[in-house]
Amino acid sequence: MWSFSNIANLVHEVLAEHFNPAITLAIEMVIAGVSVIGLFAILGLVLVIMERKVSAWMQIRLGPNRVGPKGMLQSLADTLKLIVKEGMTPNGADKLLFNLAPFIAMIVAMLLMAPIAFAKDLQMWDLNIGILYVSALSSVTVISILMAGWSSNNKFSLLGAMRSGAQIVSYELSAGLSALAIVVLTGSLQISEIITSQANGWWIFKGHIPAIIAFVTFIIAVTAETNRAPFDLAEAESELTAGFHTEYSGMKFALFFLAEYVNVFIMCSIAATLFFGGWMPLHIGNWHKFNHVMDFIPSSIWFFGKTFFLIFVIMWFRWTFPRLRIDQLLDLEWKYLLPITMFNLLLVTAVAILGWHF
Amino acid sequence: MFIKNYIKNIFSAVKSLLVGMKRTLYYFTHHKEIITQQYPDNRDTLILPERFKGEVVMPHNENNEHRCTGCTACELACPNGSIKVITKFDISPDGKKKKAIDKLVYHLELCTMCNLCVEACPSDAIKMAQTFEHSVYDRNQLTKTLNNPGSKIMDGVE
Repeated sequence: MWSFSNIANLVHEVLAEHFNPAITLAIEMVIAGVSVIGLFAILGLVLVIMERKVSAWMQIRLGPNRVGPKGMLQSLADTLKLIVKEGMTPNGADKLLFNLAPFIAMIVAMLLMAPIAFAKDLQMWDLNIGILYVSALSSVTVISILMAGWSSNNKFSLLGAMRSGAQIVSYELSAGLSALAIVVLTGSLQISEIITSQANGWWIFKGHIPAIIAFVTFIIAVTAETNRAPFDLAEAESELTAGFHTEYSGMKFALFFLAEYVNVFIMCSIAATLFFGGWMPLHIGNWHKFNHVMDFIPSSIWFFGKTFFLIFVIMWFRWTFPRLRIDQLLDLEWKYLLPITMFNLLLVTAVAILGWHF
Repeated sequence: MFIKNYIKNIFSAVKSLLVGMKRTLYYFTHHKEIITQQYPDNRDTLILPERFKGEVVMPHNENNEHRCTGCTACELACPNGSIKVITKFDISPDGKKKKAIDKLVYHLELCTMCNLCVEACPSDAIKMAQTFEHSVYDRNQLTKTLNNPGSKIMDGVE
């Protein structure tokens, strides 16, 4: 049976026959990089049209329906427009930081792609501290936002960036603690091990109530961390025009926009990996026949299905809830989410030690 | 006590959020609720809301008669001078002079569709129509005379 590791081995063998090891490695890296950039472009297009359609239907509108069949090429047309537009740098701006910020946002999103298992045997870098790596890198996004806000020489940008700083620093905590709940149950930080530990059922079912609480807090924290409504104080269209990217135009703006959507995808795929078993099909304990039937559905479909379901949930949040005020935002984190996740961590530890999970 | 309130708070918050999410999910799955009108495409079948206001008109009956007595209540009610009533005196058959309108001039370009003139009219002579395609090449065409030429007041309207 073919699998992604077979394809990778085949490519490696063909390359190794013709080139020396160093060049082979370089070519393989280029292939991986190009695939990631390609995935980025496709994700950007798909997620933007998905968001616009979901928002339209939730607000009893039609949404884009003119460009292409059912408006499905709308985001392609938008991208074309953004590429053609001029990327301006304001006069009073700090030129270096201003132009560097969108690329840092993008590079962070790209680096976060590395440890994600997209399908069985399709993982770029299976490092043994996968979850730690993700939570460490995802907080670097705030540097690009602060950079953009500071260098724009605009009070709205600066306000948005400062809010974003306060927000990401605080929500990073409960996101980490919720992820830790699953790490406690699995006993490993490695993504591949977390997935294989769910071969007899996903953690959200096996882990009883603590896993469900961890999932809910994780989704809330992740929504806040990716700066999406109801936690989109960094952008806050109605108060700060566009927050930290007010002064950006053309492709530089598009990079910020793309980085936001890619971050949403990455965070949802991490949530899917931790709580819904990543590419692992729906297995129930010892029902071997049922498990065997589920195995026929390809693992990539399982992964993308779960991830896109979670992305839909986050979009659902965005188009239902009103934006929080900054003090309410910090209240929610420090007075509610953090105590709950800490208590939940104790609970999950007890469950893991006493072996109450399946 | 504090703990009890705290937990109660969390549950009531989650419940109220779920109510909102249920509503948006309903709209997401029920596309028949969509209220967007694709205007130039459905021009023939366009359904406008009942209270949509397009312009002020004066209805006439089949004998070319209107209900306007020329009391100028609409002119006084109009906040930005869109209506100008030009009155004349009719001589009735028994020799009495009676006030009537010569022209009721309506400036569509000034009108904000506030409906105050229709509210003010004591004899229901004017009303709001639902027509809205008002673009013309010359703004003089937006100054309209509401009463038809040769029209007169309906019998029995004082």
